Amino acid sequence: MMEIEEKFTAKRFWKEIAKGIVLTNPVFVLVLGLCPTLAVTTSVDNALGMGAGVIFVLLGSNIIISLIRKITPNMVRIPVFIVVIAAFVTILSLLFEAYIPPLYESLGIYLPLIVVNCIILGRAEVFASKNPVLLSMADGIGVGLGFTVSLIIISFLREVLGTGSLQIFGKKLFAIPVLSQSPLTIFIMPPGAFIVIALLMALFKLLGVLKNE
Amino acid sequence: MNSLLTIFLGMVLINNFILSKFLGLCPFFGVSKKLTNAISMGTAVTLVMVIASVATSIIHKYILIPYDVEFMNIIIYILVIAALVQIVEIVIKRTNITLYNALGIYLPLITTNCAVLGVTLINAQNNYSLMQSIISALGGGLGFTLILIIMSAIREKNELADTPKSMRGLPIAFIIASLLSLAFMGFNGLL
Repeated sequence: MMEIEEKFTAKRFWKEIAKGIVLTNPVFVLVLGLCPTLAVTTSVDNALGMGAGVIFVLLGSNIIISLIRKITPNMVRIPVFIVVIAAFVTILSLLFEAYIPPLYESLGIYLPLIVVNCIILGRAEVFASKNPVLLSMADGIGVGLGFTVSLIIISFLREVLGTGSLQIFGKKLFAIPVLSQSPLTIFIMPPGAFIVIALLMALFKLLGVLKNE
Repeated sequence: MNSLLTIFLGMVLINNFILSKFLGLCPFFGVSKKLTNAISMGTAVTLVMVIASVATSIIHKYILIPYDVEFMNIIIYILVIAALVQIVEIVIKRTNITLYNALGIYLPLITTNCAVLGVTLINAQNNYSLMQSIISALGGGLGFTLILIIMSAIREKNELADTPKSMRGLPIAFIIASLLSLAFMGFNGLL
């Protein structure tokens, strides 16, 4: 990828954010970061927590990596990126443990596993190591939001089908009459995760096919 | 002894890395198209998992806990795994060139395989002893390999089937994984 450092403009900032959400949606289009996508989408709460965590780490690591891009020797760049990312994940996990313990508990080992989320290392390698700080920030926010939106879509479907109701931050938003008495529990269990993402991917593909014809 | 068996069976069948913990999905969908690739990848992952578990559980017990810096485990573990993968690659290259050719391209990919970091974190979380860590890593790796082999065999057959256009490729692979996961839920009552 030959990306020359472009001049920073407000327009480009918003374009970079929009690109991350729609055109290069990390989950449905690039198929990156699958493990947390499937594991934490049992409820919308978890999805929001994970999304916020990934945005935090992505933003932080993109800023630092972009700042040090000129003094990082090319040979050791990957280990440097990984250490920067791991440092931000450690900060995040300490913050969650201190301030939102229930979320920390329910995300479990998937919180530290943000380190090996390919989206973050991918953005560091492809974008932040070649672009100025503000653009890298925009890229981090855009891709992070794209990831969060995908998580919310998946977790919304799984929670509504699997429990028959929707809860956000402990507040019940709505319950579907028949479904909440006999919910399709399979959707909040592992097989349901695979089914939901398979159908969503097929939908995105179908849209792509229709658009081309 | 009984608890070791429980850990082993739990990791292979019940808490299977791919089907119930969703760890290591990228290599799972990436290399499960051909049976031979699946076996190579599974072996490489199992090998690295066991070595990484030994290293991290020693570091956890003799460095992180005595100096009270357990919160540093994420950074330390990922560095240990990255270094180990390099070492394993060099050793295999020098000692067994056939094995190297078979595993070669899969080894570097393992560094960012969440299953490896996952197993070390699970060991730390459950305070497993050295022996228990080895068994859990072995179980996790074998479970991963088992599903990879089953999946690749199914996908080889599935290539010949007439799948709707929008379901081709990844979507149908996810549906297969879902059915496998459903089947493996039957093992839940085993222990």
